[in-house]
Amino acid sequence: MSKDYIAQRIGKEFKNGMYANLGIGIPTLSADYIPEGVEVFLQSENGALLFGPKPQRGKSNPDLSNAGTEPITMLPGGSLFDINASFAMIRGGHIDMTVLGALEVDQHGNLASWKIPGKCLSGMGGAMDLLYGCKKVIAALTHTDKYGHSKIKKQCTLPLTGAHVVDMIITEKGVFSVSEDGLILEELAPGITADEIIRFTEADITNIDDWKVK
Amino acid sequence: MAKQIRPEEAVNMVKDGSSVMIGGFLGGAVPLKMIDQLADSKIKDITLITIGAGYRGGGVDIGKLILNRQIKKIICSHVGTDPNLINQIVNNEIEMDLTPMGTFVERVRAGGAGLGAVVTPVGLGTEVEEFAEKIFVDGQPFLLHKPIRAEIAIVKAYRADTLGNLQYSGIYNSNPVMATAADIVIAEVDEIVGIGDIIPEQVGTPGIYVDYIVQGHSSKKRQEIYEELWISTNKL
Repeated sequence: MSKDYIAQRIGKEFKNGMYANLGIGIPTLSADYIPEGVEVFLQSENGALLFGPKPQRGKSNPDLSNAGTEPITMLPGGSLFDINASFAMIRGGHIDMTVLGALEVDQHGNLASWKIPGKCLSGMGGAMDLLYGCKKVIAALTHTDKYGHSKIKKQCTLPLTGAHVVDMIITEKGVFSVSEDGLILEELAPGITADEIIRFTEADITNIDDWKVK
Repeated sequence: MAKQIRPEEAVNMVKDGSSVMIGGFLGGAVPLKMIDQLADSKIKDITLITIGAGYRGGGVDIGKLILNRQIKKIICSHVGTDPNLINQIVNNEIEMDLTPMGTFVERVRAGGAGLGAVVTPVGLGTEVEEFAEKIFVDGQPFLLHKPIRAEIAIVKAYRADTLGNLQYSGIYNSNPVMATAADIVIAEVDEIVGIGDIIPEQVGTPGIYVDYIVQGHSSKKRQEIYEELWISTNKL
């Protein structure tokens, strides 16, 4: 499953002592892949820091849920606060890393996720604040849409959630970093070739030649 | 001094066309009993001010007000969890005022704290620029958003004393800030206790903000409600 692979790969980005906020979906799954011995302080934008896994049935607390309204538990040392404090934390640059899903990202570090004009509307929720305020932004998404079209664009076509905000892109095909000059391919997923990346990526990849089998 | 009233009385303060803030987040930390009262009433054309849509899938908590078509306008930051709400927005049955979540909660804070605006960099370079004025402070661009207030705020807390002091348990969410930003504030709580039972350090919302207290479901009952909801939607 490509989603599991993406979640697993995100796991490697967690560093000891990091404060992180994970978006709904694949990013949330990545918490299961935090490496052994690495302690990460997870923040939930509805107002919790250092929360842990789901409770057992019968042990849930109606007042403890994450930003996806899934039941959570609080870990020792955790804290609860109101939503204004939560977003001050996010916007104020106190969160080390966020991982968010996206409909599209592009080689300029733009990310689109909240609206498809005429088709779909979800609203930006907390995503714009997270993209603006978190020190490192990882976009986690499948490489192509259901028609096989690249979601890694030269220029996003959908309304932006954030402009020039993405630092790293993780898909089931590879890992990219965003630089001034465009995307840099950092890593190929197992079994993926540079040719496949070229075929399924609309964005320019500055170092793709380095990855071609000589 | 806050007055304790029954939910059936409290709901009468909401009229057709009222602006109503409802605390909570996607169904969590919401005043369930008062929402049911609103849903059972014939009140219509409400301007609903809330962080986002209700519990995923719609039809639960504030989703009931959407199903009943009681909402004329929604001021929020997210609608994606409720397909019924999205449909009514797309069909122009509900007008929407959308701002990023961090901006939304600061607009409410500004409304309650006597501030004239919220000035934030969030949303620069996006469509948010189309509905906020761009201003420069020391040469840096920001977006200016207006404060939000409501005629009535309905918030959810764990306990209230008879002075209206509120104690929260778990995630407080948007409840504390919404309690500051309305002409009439109704707090739904699990327990109503005597003065002094909530010690000053435990007070999350000082009683000065709270006008009415309503006895909600007990903590035990809410545990059952959420446990069932989470199990039926594969979250637990």
